[in-house]
Amino acid sequence: MHELSLAESMVRELNEYIEREKVNKIFTVTVQMGYFSGVEKEPFEFAYPIVTEGTKMEGSKLIVEQLPGIVLCSECSKTTELDIPLVKCGSCGSRNVTFTQGREFLIKSMEIE
Amino acid sequence: MCLDCGCQEGNEKKFFHTHDHDNNEHTHSHTHPHPHGSEHSHDHTHEHTHDHEGSRVVTLEQNILAKNDEFAAKNKNFLKDKGIITVNIISSPGSGKTTLLEKTLERLKGKVNCSVIVGDQSTDNDAKRLEDKCDNVHQIETHSSCHINAEQVSEALSLVIKDNTQILFIENVGNLICPAAFELGEDFKIALLSTTEGEDKPIKYPVLFSDARIAVLTKTDLIPHLDWDLKKCRQYMREINPGMFIFELSAKTGEGMDAWVDYLETLIA
Repeated sequence: MHELSLAESMVRELNEYIEREKVNKIFTVTVQMGYFSGVEKEPFEFAYPIVTEGTKMEGSKLIVEQLPGIVLCSECSKTTELDIPLVKCGSCGSRNVTFTQGREFLIKSMEIE
Repeated sequence: MCLDCGCQEGNEKKFFHTHDHDNNEHTHSHTHPHPHGSEHSHDHTHEHTHDHEGSRVVTLEQNILAKNDEFAAKNKNFLKDKGIITVNIISSPGSGKTTLLEKTLERLKGKVNCSVIVGDQSTDNDAKRLEDKCDNVHQIETHSSCHINAEQVSEALSLVIKDNTQILFIENVGNLICPAAFELGEDFKIALLSTTEGEDKPIKYPVLFSDARIAVLTKTDLIPHLDWDLKKCRQYMREINPGMFIFELSAKTGEGMDAWVDYLETLIA
């Protein structure tokens, strides 16, 4: 369960921004989470209200956008949205592919006052 | 009830709810095209019409693991400058990371100068086991944490890296999930999988197995006693990571160890 410490890291990052930009109120925080990021949505959402307690983010809403894995085929140059767990090109079936999406774990945006 | 949005009316296409910000009650609505059934998936990329007076959206695109990645990049530069090959070994508890390291260090002694950073939630038992085989071993106790992070590695580097170090082994905490998310500054990850675990683990834990350059199948001496399908396991690994190198060995009997040790020697050649 590393989601709790990840949520703490996120709050630290956001607090720096909030202090620096003198933000008064945060309504929503939007996070992007790839299916191959190693982070689970539910425990992260569970951790959010706990780690934001006593901060300016307390009571704000967390929105998690999950990003599917997308690979680029080196043989036919087409991209495929992955059907986990198969990592291969959906067009030509080649296994010679590289990830272009799915490993992200980002704070996308914040809705603030 | 929809678990994602809390929507009670499964088939409604539009719903309203109230938010209470600072006792200043207001309403905001968003439309969802909801294919509600007993099972459904929906992403939240719908448009929000927010009525938060004077609110604005700031785009951050900030990596949540930025701090860890900074330390990882520093570690990587430090190790690269010294020409050291660094591997991050990850597996479930009990799949044989420490035993493999013991036997590997024995075989590399006098040929390759090794350093080891080993992580466990508690105790320095693993470091003690490895100290006989290697002079430069440091134990990280992670306590409540389920993985080693890059900052811990950065602190340990000054203790284990010597002028003549050629390979640094980082034995991560026994866990197939969390350590995969934390870069430490390694050249690549090695995933261990023992024959007493399910052969479908590579597809059950795709994050690690899709990212590791090498898989080592351990405890192959037990295969005759188990209903374990080697061919299937290899197939699962190739499905999740087509370019993966696979070593099959028994650290106990020594079967397959030559190829593994030869490979490590080629890394520094």
